Amino acid sequence: MPDLLLELFSEEIPARMQAQAADDLKRLVTEALAEKGLSYEGAASFATPRRLALHVAGLPARQPDLREEKKGPRVGSPEAAVQGFLKSAGLASLAEAKIEVDPKKKTEFYLAVVERKGQASLDVLAEILPAVIKRFPWPKSMRWGAASVSPEALRWVRPLHAIVATFGPETEDPEIVAFAVGGIEASDVTFGHRFMAPGPIRVRRFDDYAPALEKAKVVLDPARRRDIILHDLRDLAFAQGLDLIEDAALLEEVAGLVEWPVVLIGEFDAGFLDIPPEVIRATIRANQKCFVLTDAATGKLANKFALVANIDAPDGGRAIAAGNARVVRARLSDAKFFWETDLKVQLVDRLQKLEAVTFHEKLGTQRARIDRLVALARTLAPQVGADPELAARAALLAKADLPSEMVGEFPELQGLMGRYYAAAQGEPPEVAAAIGDHYKPQGQTDRVPAAPVTIAVALADKIDILTGFWAIDEKPTGSKDPYALRRAALGVIAIILENGLRLRLLDILASHKKIVDDDLRKLQLERARSEGGDSRAMTGQVGPNTVPAELLGFFADRLKIYLRERGARHDLIDAVFALPGQDDLTLILRRVEALGAFLATEDGANLLAGYRRAANILRAEEKKFGADEAASYEQPFAPSLLTEPEELALAGALAPNGAEPPWAAAIRDEDFEAAMKALAQLRAPVDAFFEKVTVNVPDSALRLNRLRLLAGLRRAVNGVADFSSIAG
Amino acid sequence: MTEVLDKPASPTNLLDPARSFQGLIMTLQRFWAEQGCVILQPYDMEVGAGTFHPATTLRALGPKPWKAAYVQPSRRPKDGRYGENPNRLQHYYQFQVILKPSPRDLQTLYLRSLAAIGVDLKLHDIRFVEDDWESPTLGAWGLGWECWCDGMEVSQFTYFQQVAGVECAPVAGELTYGLERLAMYVQGVESVFDLNFNGREGDEKVTYGDVFRQAEQEYSRFNFEAADVALLARHFRDAEAECKALLTAGEAGERALIVLPAYDQCLKASHLFNLLDARGVISVTERQSYILRVRELAKACGAAWLKTRAGGAED
Repeated sequence: MPDLLLELFSEEIPARMQAQAADDLKRLVTEALAEKGLSYEGAASFATPRRLALHVAGLPARQPDLREEKKGPRVGSPEAAVQGFLKSAGLASLAEAKIEVDPKKKTEFYLAVVERKGQASLDVLAEILPAVIKRFPWPKSMRWGAASVSPEALRWVRPLHAIVATFGPETEDPEIVAFAVGGIEASDVTFGHRFMAPGPIRVRRFDDYAPALEKAKVVLDPARRRDIILHDLRDLAFAQGLDLIEDAALLEEVAGLVEWPVVLIGEFDAGFLDIPPEVIRATIRANQKCFVLTDAATGKLANKFALVANIDAPDGGRAIAAGNARVVRARLSDAKFFWETDLKVQLVDRLQKLEAVTFHEKLGTQRARIDRLVALARTLAPQVGADPELAARAALLAKADLPSEMVGEFPELQGLMGRYYAAAQGEPPEVAAAIGDHYKPQGQTDRVPAAPVTIAVALADKIDILTGFWAIDEKPTGSKDPYALRRAALGVIAIILENGLRLRLLDILASHKKIVDDDLRKLQLERARSEGGDSRAMTGQVGPNTVPAELLGFFADRLKIYLRERGARHDLIDAVFALPGQDDLTLILRRVEALGAFLATEDGANLLAGYRRAANILRAEEKKFGADEAASYEQPFAPSLLTEPEELALAGALAPNGAEPPWAAAIRDEDFEAAMKALAQLRAPVDAFFEKVTVNVPDSALRLNRLRLLAGLRRAVNGVADFSSIAG
Repeated sequence: MTEVLDKPASPTNLLDPARSFQGLIMTLQRFWAEQGCVILQPYDMEVGAGTFHPATTLRALGPKPWKAAYVQPSRRPKDGRYGENPNRLQHYYQFQVILKPSPRDLQTLYLRSLAAIGVDLKLHDIRFVEDDWESPTLGAWGLGWECWCDGMEVSQFTYFQQVAGVECAPVAGELTYGLERLAMYVQGVESVFDLNFNGREGDEKVTYGDVFRQAEQEYSRFNFEAADVALLARHFRDAEAECKALLTAGEAGERALIVLPAYDQCLKASHLFNLLDARGVISVTERQSYILRVRELAKACGAAWLKTRAGGAED
């Protein structure tokens, strides 16, 4: 079966776009083939900095022939109907139609048989390929050259230079798929490595294409380039007694910057090792796209780095390594300068600069936000076992590294640099640690702070952001969450749950909301004054009072996601959140876990079934007789009207001798397992009740009393968890 | 006197691009002259980059072919380091090439120009690394790369897609060489101030530091400390108003008659904004508004340029 080879040879494609482009090429071509009725055995696509390539194996030489029958009107139908049929079937006259007999109606009708010969695949490809190229979904594309006068000019990620498109079986010379796009004729000629083998290469099909490229110093497959780089990196490091600090994202990027990877080791002055290792790594990685290495014996950063060149130089890469080393040296000199300059300024003295930095237009300056963080961290400290003064100090300095030179250069080092500066300037270790880690956790895999002072500041940071953006009504919507508020809420949840903290979130949110409101009011008054507004009209708008409750709902949603990500039962969250006053996440989680365990038992499952039966009966009655009647079900049942032993038993289980039911005490003691166990005692009386007792009896007083008994059951169960919101 | 006349005044290798800064510049000029470029001299105004020269910004607009190359002193007030940093300057040179429409072999031409200044393409690692260019003040963007030589960015390579808010038709290719960096590389020196400027040795040697260090110190003082903020702000407003007034005064139906002088005022405004920015008196929100104001001027000039003969308007 014939194969297709397609290569689009261009100027350098951005590394970050290559993988997606290779996928898109494969998808678009194979989809178009399928649409044209062409099946294939397999397809693979590849990308290098200068080419996208696609191999589709096992295509048929032709499309299958198509035979289609079109049923027409009855013989003897009016002329208009006949003409319509001829037109739609593409027939010149009725002589070209067949006449058939309808087996049921026994009438004769016209039938058109339309046969379409399958086209040669080569011709189909000549139609498909240019269309795919013209509408290729590059994230950013451009026009170039003289043709770009026209807005219709071909767009590509960078100028496209050549197209290889061949099609044919293994045993013969394949044919060139004849098409042209943007003035480029498809051919069977490609080019090798830009510097080492720039000449033209005539290729036949994929089987000789890939080896021919390899000979011309091009490794076509990005996965192989990554492998080569990774192995060479490890081997070269090992040979020098070093370990590679692996970096998958960087590996992916450098593999997209070379067609012929050559790993080299460079060196920098050991004096630079005084700079924090994270800074060295960030410098070398971001600016030079090089890897850093550690000393295999000590585990400390070594004064060596590894780079990936795109050329096998006759001097073994000496000049290249030396050139890169010079650039690294210059960059590290900058970093060292920043580091030393930054150290000279006390963190606390940097706060003034933050007065001029706007955090958010409607929320005021960074400096104002810091004051809120200090207040909140101080409030939270005793509740999380931290010293309030240390928490307040750490909150005050947490953002002070933002105006430093180093963070200006490498924003990803925020927090970390603050920690270094704080430690060097004699701040207590708890304060330095809190500054360093207060942005954590930044994602599902990030470390969750465990030190009390850090917890206080990390929580304050996130709760302030959430309260602030809720107060100005900038909530996340759909896929838009520009301030990463979902991540902030997940961070709060992770910190609370992993540390087993007992916090009344609603109280905390409500009191912090007041502080935010004060700031909003101040900000608006200042603005109004500077704009010369009427001071009497300046009331200052604040966020709505519903903010704390709305935020709690947001936490409930995030908690579900948090639990789902950990494979826990998230569908029970609603059942617990529906209870009044639920804002203690640790307690909620324990309750959810106890409930989940209970529902997994036979007693639990049966009680849930019994509860649903009771609730359904009540709902049906309430619907039938209206709200007044429904309200009367919630009145206590009359013990004197209980007649059957099963209803007496159920009443006794719900309220033993008028005393409070056993699960109520357990819930108060936060012993949810005991509460569930107590609830399990209801199962037998509920089952027996439904087996023996009829609710809808003609005696209306008896009927009402039994409905009240069922309402009592519903209330009792709902006191432990809202069973009505349990799914399934 | 005869012995002076029949001896060459200086050995030709004084202009070896690996030996002198001026040799590097002259080699590039000669190379691009051979490609049919007009070799212009620097624009006589303070600009932040070679792109701002009207030979690039305005000539990139409209249908007429255009090939030019020139050196442009570029001023970045914020980058001043009082002559203390070996790699940063508030005034430096760019070598700018603009070719409209972009020729098919522009990458090859660029690589040949590197070879011409002594970069052995078999020995060094030249890379084209994604770097899309955007100038918010010029209302311009393009796609292209940073060109790396052994890990060092030595040039910017851009296919202009839009300039002054106008789609480029046809697209121009722009090359910007960072001359000091490139010279440091080919001369093998660590500090820009150690660059050999004139190719001589001993007493006759003039370094980049000899020429520019004092200027770096003085302008750093001016940019960061002494520039009169109120005056700069006023000049900005004046330049802005003058730019608009000139464009209005030059309106003549389908034609525009006073575009280049108006564009000069746009350049002035842009540089004044950079000075204010260096003085640290522009807040984040103000910054955005200043950028927008300069962009409006650039756009107005671009639109007017299309109504001139060089911009492609019919006679």
